[in-house]
Amino acid sequence: MSILVLADHHDGQLAGATAHVVAAAQQIADADGGDIDLLVAGENVGAIAEQAAKLDGVSRVRVADNGVYAHQLAEPLADLLAALADDYSHILASASTTGKNVLPRLAALKDVSPLSDILSVESADTFKRPIYAGNAIATVQSAETLKVLSVRATAFDAVGESNSAPIDTVDTVVDNRLSSFVGEELAQSERPELGGARVVISGGRGMGSGDNFKLLDGIADKLGAAIGASRAAVDAGFVPNDMQVGQTGKIVAPELYIAVGISGAIQHLAGMKDSKVIVAINKDEEAPIFQVADYGLVGDLFQILPELEQKL
Amino acid sequence: MKVLVAVKRVIDYNVKIRVKADNSDVDLTNVKMAMNPFCEIAVEEAVRLKEKGVASEVVVVTIGPKAAQEQLRTALALGADRALHIETDERVEALTVAKLLKRVVDDEQPGLTILGKQAIDSDNNQTGQMLAALTGLAQGTFASKVDVKDGTVDVTREIDGGLQTVSLKLPAIVTTDLRLNEPRYAKLPDIMKAKKKPLDVKTPAELGVELVAKLTQLKVETPAERQGGIKVASVDELIDKLKNDAKVIS
Repeated sequence: MSILVLADHHDGQLAGATAHVVAAAQQIADADGGDIDLLVAGENVGAIAEQAAKLDGVSRVRVADNGVYAHQLAEPLADLLAALADDYSHILASASTTGKNVLPRLAALKDVSPLSDILSVESADTFKRPIYAGNAIATVQSAETLKVLSVRATAFDAVGESNSAPIDTVDTVVDNRLSSFVGEELAQSERPELGGARVVISGGRGMGSGDNFKLLDGIADKLGAAIGASRAAVDAGFVPNDMQVGQTGKIVAPELYIAVGISGAIQHLAGMKDSKVIVAINKDEEAPIFQVADYGLVGDLFQILPELEQKL
Repeated sequence: MKVLVAVKRVIDYNVKIRVKADNSDVDLTNVKMAMNPFCEIAVEEAVRLKEKGVASEVVVVTIGPKAAQEQLRTALALGADRALHIETDERVEALTVAKLLKRVVDDEQPGLTILGKQAIDSDNNQTGQMLAALTGLAQGTFASKVDVKDGTVDVTREIDGGLQTVSLKLPAIVTTDLRLNEPRYAKLPDIMKAKKKPLDVKTPAELGVELVAKLTQLKVETPAERQGGIKVASVDELIDKLKNDAKVIS
């Protein structure tokens, strides 16, 4: 049996997470055999399919290009996947807001129990996944014949891009009378997305105000970093919720994570503790963030940040 | 319009969890339990819809052991009108939870069903989506705004990189994200009144749903502890370490 990966994309671009999900699929294929198909569903997604065909390990790209799949609404996308599912032993997607929206709906349509946010492939039917916000790791075995899995992209290394897989058209067009797209407000930013950034710099309550987050801008520019925040900073109204890193926000695992004015509540650590290198800047030397930081700098962030920006 | 809210009893979000010595599960003995935070937001949204005159009745349902009635009483104190407890001591998979809730939706015929986007114990983020599939209804997941119109509801969703608004045909299923509202605290007189509000108890068998388990939890482990590193004395030393030791900047 083969494996189907649902490609994640936005703004006409294949999301970086997809290459990581294909890597997870590759591990299942190594254990279980089978080809990897990649499904690109949306409207005017030809260019995305071309990008997807480059991903190593992909046997075939399947393209469902129709207005009904625009904006990747859950209802039509789950119906499409359900129509294709019988050819597959595993269906995977990134644990992005799209994957998390669509996959459980698909699973229920096929009457199977899905698994969310897998961190590792132990075998073709056994996976590790975080529970309690990553404070425990469960190893779970699925007895379902169709395994529906969302994948934590940062837990798998991306596959390369030296392939040129054939591209097929999927003619299935479903009907959607349940939902329609009204609008979208995407944060306009020159910076990389939090989930996929190589460097993340986050501010906490210690930043003191939303205005002071500007102190992070120059450093982020120099490092090509995404800017995040702790829940405390979000709750204080400094910055919008989509910047939140933590148990209830985004889970990140960049090569370098810089926590500024963040004390290190469990809820925040759950979102960033898998980063490769962690730097903490905080005036309170007892702050729990220092217990997980590779490099801690105790001091006043209002002096340290300008100096850091200047010296980088 | 009737609004149905599903809630879950979970470990209190402030509690630091412990894994059992035999690695079979997380240890829940003598641990403080509470309503899942996302479910509190769901209750609050339903109560606000009633206060605005959009909802005529708020029904709250939970699936779990006898003790889960505490969370139903909390929801009643917050403003729900009546409660349904589907009692079981077994671990119930999300798909089965969705099947049980489907029976409740069939019986109650709510215009809107609101659930938390995920429970902070299993972190599945599945039940609302699965309930929507099983009932054949539209889903508005990770909602930060819910605007009920005539025959439809506009749901603003928190998606990666921003917000998306969708229009859903009613009846519909909505799951809550953090920003939807800030739940109120129950006042003492409301807690007293809640004790007298109706609370019905049913079993999964009475609803005609068999508790099947397709997922086996083989092991639960504590994640590898991250070792704390060193303190640096200056910005210069920090930059030097990042460049030359960690090699994460150039």
